[in-house]
Amino acid sequence: MLIEALILVCLVGAAVVAAAPDRLAGRLALAVSALPVGGSLYMYAAFDGSGNALLGGDIAYETFFRWLSLGPYAVNYHMGLDGISLPLVVLSTVLTMLAILSAWTPVDERQGQFYALMLFMEASLIGVFAALDFLLWFVFWEAVLVPMYFLIGVWGGPRRKYAAIKFFVYTNIASLVMFIGFFGLVFGLGDSISSTGLPAIAQALRAGQLGALGPVGPEALALASFLAMFVGFAVKVPVVPFHTWLPDAHVEAPTPASVMLAGVLLKMGTYALLRYNFTMLPEQAATLAVPIAVVAVVSIIYGALLALAQSDLKRVVAYSSVSSMGYVILGLIAYTEFGIGGATFQMIAHGLISGLLFMTVGVIYNASHTRMIGDMSGMADRMPVTAGVFVAGAFAYMGLPLMAGFAAELFIFLGAFGSTVLPAAPLFTAVAMFGIVIVAGYLLWAMQRSLFGPFELEPDDEIGRAPLHDVAPILTLVVLIVLLGSVPELFWGMISDATIDLVATGGELR
Amino acid sequence: MSDHWLLLSPAGAFVVAAMALFVIDAADPEGTNGTLLSAVASAGGLVAAVASGGLLLSGAATPGVELFDGQLVVDGMSLIFTFIFGSVTALVSLASLDYVRGLPHKAKYYLLVLLAATGMSLMASANSLAVVFVALELSSLPSYALVSYLKTNRGSVEAGLKYFLVGALSSSILVYGISLVYAATGSLLFADVAAGVGRAAADYPGVLGIGVLMIVGGFAFKTAAAPFHFWAPDAYEGSPAPVSAFLSSASKAAGFVVAFRVFTVAFPIGEIAGETYAVDWVLAFTVLAVVTMTVGNFAAATQENVKRMLAYSSVGHAGYALIGLAALTGVGSGATALGASMLHLLVYGFMNTGAFLFVALAEHWELGRTFEDYNGLAREAPLACVAMTVFMFSLAGLPVGGGFLSKYFLVVGAVGAGVWWLGAVLAINSALSLFYYSRVVRAMWIEEPDDSRDIESYPSALYAAVIGAAVVTVLLLPGLAVFDVAAFDAAAALV
Repeated sequence: MLIEALILVCLVGAAVVAAAPDRLAGRLALAVSALPVGGSLYMYAAFDGSGNALLGGDIAYETFFRWLSLGPYAVNYHMGLDGISLPLVVLSTVLTMLAILSAWTPVDERQGQFYALMLFMEASLIGVFAALDFLLWFVFWEAVLVPMYFLIGVWGGPRRKYAAIKFFVYTNIASLVMFIGFFGLVFGLGDSISSTGLPAIAQALRAGQLGALGPVGPEALALASFLAMFVGFAVKVPVVPFHTWLPDAHVEAPTPASVMLAGVLLKMGTYALLRYNFTMLPEQAATLAVPIAVVAVVSIIYGALLALAQSDLKRVVAYSSVSSMGYVILGLIAYTEFGIGGATFQMIAHGLISGLLFMTVGVIYNASHTRMIGDMSGMADRMPVTAGVFVAGAFAYMGLPLMAGFAAELFIFLGAFGSTVLPAAPLFTAVAMFGIVIVAGYLLWAMQRSLFGPFELEPDDEIGRAPLHDVAPILTLVVLIVLLGSVPELFWGMISDATIDLVATGGELR
Repeated sequence: MSDHWLLLSPAGAFVVAAMALFVIDAADPEGTNGTLLSAVASAGGLVAAVASGGLLLSGAATPGVELFDGQLVVDGMSLIFTFIFGSVTALVSLASLDYVRGLPHKAKYYLLVLLAATGMSLMASANSLAVVFVALELSSLPSYALVSYLKTNRGSVEAGLKYFLVGALSSSILVYGISLVYAATGSLLFADVAAGVGRAAADYPGVLGIGVLMIVGGFAFKTAAAPFHFWAPDAYEGSPAPVSAFLSSASKAAGFVVAFRVFTVAFPIGEIAGETYAVDWVLAFTVLAVVTMTVGNFAAATQENVKRMLAYSSVGHAGYALIGLAALTGVGSGATALGASMLHLLVYGFMNTGAFLFVALAEHWELGRTFEDYNGLAREAPLACVAMTVFMFSLAGLPVGGGFLSKYFLVVGAVGAGVWWLGAVLAINSALSLFYYSRVVRAMWIEEPDDSRDIESYPSALYAAVIGAAVVTVLLLPGLAVFDVAAFDAAAALV
């Protein structure tokens, strides 16, 4: 019941904060959001699950009761965590709390509503990662869209209305495509399952019980469903060519929403790819290994090149996410211990690092009121701490040893290089590694132009220091990134334990 | 026999409330006590809803009970729909307290609402084509009068006239179709029609086929399915908003419940379009579903007037609900789609009624009709705007209300029946609907108000109805569990 308690705290907190006067809302929301952080850390400390929740592992903090009937299938309220989902829940709660703190400066109107939506989103995110029944999971998955729509639409930049509706419609269509694909599988399984529970469906699919659906044979059905789900999730991730909603949403979104978008919402896509496509249909994934790897590598290189071409600091960070998510896809398709485990680890690492960079850009913007690289120079002169944090974040992105990005990327490259599922794996890995060079290129170049050199700022020349509540969250994130980078075992043990069953399948495939 | 009267108690509640209103009106025709009238009408609806809900959950009508030599049947489906009619009647009557406060002939207004509801509850139970026609007329004639209730308002009168003329035409088509079916099968009772339909399809395929198609057309009018929908936007836009809510939620559902029963019970698809082929009504409903949802949603997306947008969206939702009949292809279990269709109409009864009642609130405040007139409304009426946001997002299929589940259940039903492409059409339409529903939300929450408007009063009954509908819509997300088994069982009993 601990997961439900966390969700309930967020929902009740959201209702309270919505009704609170503006001057209290920020502090109240911070206090409320500290509770799920404590709860998720307790769940981490007391975690006693093992194995993969979908493949018969021991599920921690499990709740199960009958909820609905859907024709011949039962829909159960089934929640629980394993070594893949627990780190993501911890990430969601920590990042939400820090994002709420980072909102104190930029959000100055309708604060109660803003923080209420942040907490509502946190509740939905915990649900997405903890739900173990498809329909229950889908409720949370779609519920995330609602607060994000308002966060972008009300508190966003000049083109916020366009960005909000684009995000909304784009990701909603993706969900519908995925939904139809998934239920094709459910009906293809026929009587071999009695509920829409993910463990039952995953195990039935892996046991080869997929039958025909009407005139469509099992193999065609599996392939069609794989593609429908892959496209649906790829929009969320996003990978090239489904990424066009992302820069608009990111640039227009207020900083705290960008932090959540890049830090956690993108992970929903990769988490779902791992849980559905790569866990349930490994053979189809192996069949499509080359096209998937091509998509991954193109995302890595093209995303990095797009980032290189931007003149807006926030756009640089936004496009860099497309590149980083490409690494996750590459790790997943490798089907090795370090590949899949590294991809999961990268979800956490990138969540922290991209959150850090977005927050730092936000701190600079709060002080300078510009994000254009051409408008600023020598910011390190006036904001030494913030600039230092930016440099740290950038090096974490580039994969400096002892930082989380290094561990994640090392795992992924190790895993991808030795893949037996992916033909020409060393070649794909080598091209992907070249992406790191471009990452270093755009980040160092952006920093050199904006942070260093003589101080200059358009239009007004003087800026104040960043307040403590702006600097505190970014410093916290730096500490967490270094901690995770120096001691990857903090999460690696449980991640590896939960993903190792998938690897075995991959090994048998070829 | 006493059990039988108990089973008819929901319809009885409507009748008793209607009679009470007659008496009140006769005793004091000049009386202006709107509160009493509204309370009696709301109580009638509420009692009907509670009674049908209680009977449904107690299992008293499983399996269905036939009454009056099989002319009426009370079963799970009839009770689910009577629950919808009762709830909508209660909400509309409650909201009307503020809406018709200053208008003449209030007693007649509530009376017509309850008589129409009585007709609808009989439609839900009709088990013969004759009862179908009589019940349909009982629900339609009061509706015509209700639409033109604002008789000094040109729009209202025009809407009423249009609704009446088109409705009369559709009734005549329906009754002619019924006569052809009677000619071919020799009976009006559904069970007897079903028994004779195989033979009739062999002997008189033309007469039977045309008769069935005319019945399809008659129901398409009643449920506002394209291409027979063109009366609906004008009628819904011109009517008083509570009447629009009543018609687009309850009256539409009444059309559907009859269609579900007539086609699944009286015209079994295996007999009528199997070896002996007269007409494939599943194909007809498939075409209707695709055309209706597409026309409704595309037209809604181009509207500037909120009430007209809701009217077209109501057409779109009729298209979704038609999937229940279009999915009876014989592949897989069509019962899933049919049950999902019932659940969708149930949730729709609350979320669509609530949306139109919000428009009634806006009319009460004299805000104007377009999206722009709602700009920044959330600053002045946050609670009502939260409710409207719930309605809009639930209609669009986002998980803030039960509309999310019922819409996806329909997709599941379509995929399970092997018509996944019908689910895909729904998906495209649903994404489009997100665009126009969110325009209302955007106006209320995101846009700045361009001039300072003055909202002086917060009408409590109208507010209570809007908030009540929103609360039920939200509760139906987890709480669909109360009705789901009943709906899928009712559907399984039919197909």
